[in-house]
Amino acid sequence: MTEPTGTSKDDQEPTGGPQSSAQASGGDVAEHRARGGETPEGGEHEQAEEPIDAQGPGSDLTPEGGTRTVAPAARGRSGMFGVAGSGDTSGFGGLRLPGYVPAPAERPYGGWFDGFADDFAQALAERGIRGAVQQVTVDRGEITFYVRREAVLELCRTLRDDDALRFELCSSVSGVDYGEDVPQRLHVVYHLLSMTYRRRIRLEVALDVDDPHVPSVVEVYPTADWHERETWDMFGVIFDGHPALTRILMPDDWDGHPQRKDYPLGGIPVEYKGAEIPPPDERRAYT
Amino acid sequence: MTANDAYAPGRETTEGTVYTVTGGDWDEFLDEQHDDRIVINMGPQHPSTHGVLRLVLELEGETVTQARSVIGYLHTGIEKNCEYRTWTQGVTFVTRMDYLAPLFNEAAYCLGVEKLLGVEVPRRAQVARVLLMEINRIGSHLVCLATGGMELGALTGMTAGFREREEVLHLLEYLTGLRMNHAYIRPGGLAQDFPGDWKEKVTEFVGVMRSRLPDYDKLLTGQTIWRQRLEGVGYLPLDGCLALGATGPILRSAGLPWDMRKVEPYCGYEEYEFDVPTATEGDCYARYRLRLAEMHESLKIIEQAVDRMEPGPVMIADRKIAWPAQLSVGSDGMGNTLEHVRKIMGQSMESLIHHFKLVTEGFSVPAGQVYSAVESPRGELGYHLVSDGGTRPLRVHVRDPSFVNLQTMPAMSEGGMVADVIAAVASIDPVMGGVDR
Amino acid sequence: MGLEEKLPSGVLLTSVEKLVNWTRKSSLWPATFGLACCAIEMMTTGAPRYDLARFGMEVFRASPRQADLMIVAGRVSNKMAPVLRQIYDQMPEPRWVLAMGVCASSGGMFNNYAIVQGVDHVVPVDMYLPGCPPRPEMLMDAILKIHAKIMDEPLGPKRAAELAASGHRTEMIPSSIKYAPKKKRAGSAQAADQDTQRVREAGREVAR
Repeated sequence: MTEPTGTSKDDQEPTGGPQSSAQASGGDVAEHRARGGETPEGGEHEQAEEPIDAQGPGSDLTPEGGTRTVAPAARGRSGMFGVAGSGDTSGFGGLRLPGYVPAPAERPYGGWFDGFADDFAQALAERGIRGAVQQVTVDRGEITFYVRREAVLELCRTLRDDDALRFELCSSVSGVDYGEDVPQRLHVVYHLLSMTYRRRIRLEVALDVDDPHVPSVVEVYPTADWHERETWDMFGVIFDGHPALTRILMPDDWDGHPQRKDYPLGGIPVEYKGAEIPPPDERRAYT
Repeated sequence: MTANDAYAPGRETTEGTVYTVTGGDWDEFLDEQHDDRIVINMGPQHPSTHGVLRLVLELEGETVTQARSVIGYLHTGIEKNCEYRTWTQGVTFVTRMDYLAPLFNEAAYCLGVEKLLGVEVPRRAQVARVLLMEINRIGSHLVCLATGGMELGALTGMTAGFREREEVLHLLEYLTGLRMNHAYIRPGGLAQDFPGDWKEKVTEFVGVMRSRLPDYDKLLTGQTIWRQRLEGVGYLPLDGCLALGATGPILRSAGLPWDMRKVEPYCGYEEYEFDVPTATEGDCYARYRLRLAEMHESLKIIEQAVDRMEPGPVMIADRKIAWPAQLSVGSDGMGNTLEHVRKIMGQSMESLIHHFKLVTEGFSVPAGQVYSAVESPRGELGYHLVSDGGTRPLRVHVRDPSFVNLQTMPAMSEGGMVADVIAAVASIDPVMGGVDR
Repeated sequence: MGLEEKLPSGVLLTSVEKLVNWTRKSSLWPATFGLACCAIEMMTTGAPRYDLARFGMEVFRASPRQADLMIVAGRVSNKMAPVLRQIYDQMPEPRWVLAMGVCASSGGMFNNYAIVQGVDHVVPVDMYLPGCPPRPEMLMDAILKIHAKIMDEPLGPKRAAELAASGHRTEMIPSSIKYAPKKKRAGSAQAADQDTQRVREAGREVAR
């Protein structure tokens, strides 16, 4: 990571250490912490496998005696202004920003989330669905459930049919690609809306790019039909059980999945007043 | 016989022989197959399909047995483009998705960014956003009526609708600087303040619209042909709407008064008095009447917004996020005002730095994800924004109402007649820029 | 049209050419190829305020077989490009193409995998009109410039050779100058004339 420069800096810890204040990416993070939002966890981005048996009272949503995987991190950033390595006097070249990991929320969540989580856990227990939810995150007034992909269909059916939950409308099913070198980089995000109780939740499923299969929720929410087709088209996530999983936005014979991070933006250089400007993905990125 | 016909070559598929007819003799090959079904392709270039929408209809006589829509002819990759631009530049991309309601796109995006940032915009900016959104709602509904009328043959409806839309565009040009695709609502507030005498212009606009909207009632609402073409057509009951995820006028025409402005108010909508027009018939005629009524409600909201506007800043005070410049038109085109240039060059080093950093690098948004929704003229317009802590979004996903509502087209049209497909699509009012993004 | 090759070039043929060109430009029927935001501005140009009917163009033919001018209004995606070419091919000659907006002219702000970077990759373009979206007045100016181009179209190969040999190029004068009202204030008449002269010079520069 850092080449020996022959100076006293060779023996020092890299700036990405767990307790280092250099972790902060400016005043923003301090404000962000003060607001009670999530904090990026320390260390380089790794998938932390923490076997957790119980979280405390009211931890109905953790699987019984199983392992709970923390939702994977987004790619960490290194360097700034296109400078890499040491040698520049600004020090930005050696900047190491840890990847973002959504922090699991601790009970009490606050607001309506607690009552909802209890109802949710009860509904799941009644239907005998176990080990579905891996993590719960509460951030910026929204609750996100990271769920196992096998349980998605039953979970959605529960959320729609149970009287205490009643999520009638699936607003959107979409994908997010967290970056090339992130394990389980493809996420499928379900936004559900309960019209009866006027609240929204989000379900998130993490997938490996080598095995991007998820059961389709079309039989529970028919509106997900085109959403899942779009997610297949743009990210390559295969929805098992979908009636007709074909490309919807790109031409039918297109190769590749455009919104993945390893798919180029595909722009061409532009000639402007005699000079040539590179396409947007080849320009300088500040972070 | 027909296998050798150069004009009607047949090929075998899993569903039997398919003949491509390019101008041969129909009776020659229709005798062979007793199937009376034809597959017709409407679009993507078609005057009545509301944009580049391709409809593949299987017809039995005049009845539609299967209807499918093919989209993607306007796919622009806007969502991926936003990942290579700063958060503020994203506004200019996002505004071109639903090009009939650009201010809604901008407002929803900015509400999402502000939620991620955890900031609140000044009061004046909030009221201005409401004002602009309602003006845009009127413009969008006018296009729906105009193009819907044109598609069904009411050409005077088209010319009248666009005449009214000129009033809207003229006003928006006066307030924001552009007729369409404004990029005026930015994260943190507005790009710049309204010009001095905006109040008179807006009040005059409201008066003009109030005098002109009843003309639509006279022209279309009571007219027999219009009613016969729209009543009972495109029926979608409430459970169908919810299953297919339809929101907006389609859902409200089925009986549920679901409006994001009332249910999850944003931008201070809870302070305004307005009704949510609802109907129970669930057909195209009900949606048409709803849109007319919504225009009247929008006029009410505009008047209230005019009263509520107080003097104040239109951008948040935090200099690290607030868009730095004030724009004006000079001798060499549009650029920063001379006062701003004087300030950053002569007076304040910090202003210079902020200006430089905000324009080149943009502001950083703390990591996380957020979903923000507004009520656009077509339904629930939602933005799922994911940030990794940087100056560029990690993911911008738009839950466009037209994309979801267009899934209801087969449910509305199958079993009906071909002409009713046009009416159904016109009542869904899809904007293909939003559908394909 | 072989007749004009046998007759010597003369006043008669030039008049016929001018007559034919005048009829063509006076009722140029556009084909509907509205795609995105520019389509809305195109519709607005056909609407009562910025009336295109005064040029005989309000009837947007849905069938390309009956159209003369294809106004490509909006961004052309890769999926739409074959359709664009097919519509162009279905138009009978004489036909003209106006690329309306920056997306049609050069790909515009969408420099990416999905958008064709300028419709001239797909069809030959006669007039490029920048703007995002261009105002209706700008669209009319582009149409009037196409009218000027049409007026200079040669009638056959012999006339085309003559025109090429003479090096004649159509002047691209902005409509605001070309069709400006002749009434000027007494003192500024000379200044206005100088302005007009300067713009005409610039128009010739551009045409060169």
